Amino acid sequence: MYDFNYKRASSVDDASSSMASVDEGKFVAGGMTLLPTLKQRLAKPSDLIDLADLDDLVGITVADSAVTIGAMTPHATVNASDEVKNEIPALSKLAGLIGDPMVRNRGTIGGSISNNDPAADYPSAVVGLGATVHTNKREIAGDDFFTGMFETALEEDELVTKVVFPIPEKAAYMKFPNPASRYAVVGTFVSQGPQGIRVAVTGAGPCVFRQSDMETALAGNFAPEAVENIKQDDEDLNSDIHASAEYRAHLVTIMAKRAVAEANG
Amino acid sequence: MTTTAVSMTVNGKQVSADVENRTLLVQYLRENLGLTGTHVGCDTSQCGACTVHIDGLPIKSCTILARQVEGEDVTTIEGLADGDTLHPMQEAFRENHALQCGFCTPGMVMSAIGIVDRNVESLDEKTVRHELEGNFCRCTGYHNIVKAILAAHKEMTP
Repeated sequence: MYDFNYKRASSVDDASSSMASVDEGKFVAGGMTLLPTLKQRLAKPSDLIDLADLDDLVGITVADSAVTIGAMTPHATVNASDEVKNEIPALSKLAGLIGDPMVRNRGTIGGSISNNDPAADYPSAVVGLGATVHTNKREIAGDDFFTGMFETALEEDELVTKVVFPIPEKAAYMKFPNPASRYAVVGTFVSQGPQGIRVAVTGAGPCVFRQSDMETALAGNFAPEAVENIKQDDEDLNSDIHASAEYRAHLVTIMAKRAVAEANG
Repeated sequence: MTTTAVSMTVNGKQVSADVENRTLLVQYLRENLGLTGTHVGCDTSQCGACTVHIDGLPIKSCTILARQVEGEDVTTIEGLADGDTLHPMQEAFRENHALQCGFCTPGMVMSAIGIVDRNVESLDEKTVRHELEGNFCRCTGYHNIVKAILAAHKEMTP
């Protein structure tokens, strides 16, 4: 690891102003992706601004037909939450599929979506449920938040404070995990609810995306048969030693079909 | 290279040591405190040999900075036994021959206690195998580890 300056932010404002005053800063939430990245010397921040003390960013509330999750809430908390299990069981399940128990004890939703790894799970829920991302500056629609591989709409000194998930009528997440890392080779989140019918795909491409052909088909008939013959174009999909673009495209359909079946119970 | 004093509670004792900002918790434990029971296996957050508890929760100590743990309560494998009396999980690993070379064992035991803590009411083999996904053992084939955790669950829960 290259050396860096380290500071613990005392408030959201302190975190933001600290970031604005340093050269090449990075916020650290749980650090479950950032620490491995630093250890491999793939990043060289001048300063780490630790958000660990921002206790008001931790917690889950249910109100106004939505589940709100604080940015610093760990995956294990979302997974174990009775409120999340009752209102959006698919979200609880998704949180329990991230990494392994130790990673889930430490990794956070804010960190995951801000990093926007192409194979991360949470981006599919944010887009797949039409969530709204709240930051210290504004509210960003889930559809506008993820802008490319490891890229988001966040500005340098902007940090996620919470994510508001509208409660769907039905939803499910189906993931084909990498057998070693547990990252999504392909993960598909489907939902029907106040944000319409949504099919969000992670792992397959450089960034989470909506599968509009499947959404249209499900609007006519929300059943597994509606999507089973819809082929995902493999043109811009990821290809690596774990899965070719062609195989990932195939998995998008399979995972969507299984997710719809699970959503229908 | 600047260093900063980092203080925390480790196995019930207040400790402090001067470290660089980039010092990992596992380095702090092994090199500054001499607690070498916590192992570095893969050093890439995969294998779980470095698992310790922070405020009672299993965490990979190779993937967290010592400074991130400032003021927290850390338990390592050395902190489990009560004098000569092993923790029920350690005893179950011994009784069930749940180790061969022993390298993964400290992390396995710390992680296994977390499995019991999360599943106090009931625990089955499938759950144990699933929740061991963050710990690698290259000797045992896991069979006796799973047996040991199920046996310890009986001892540790009412």
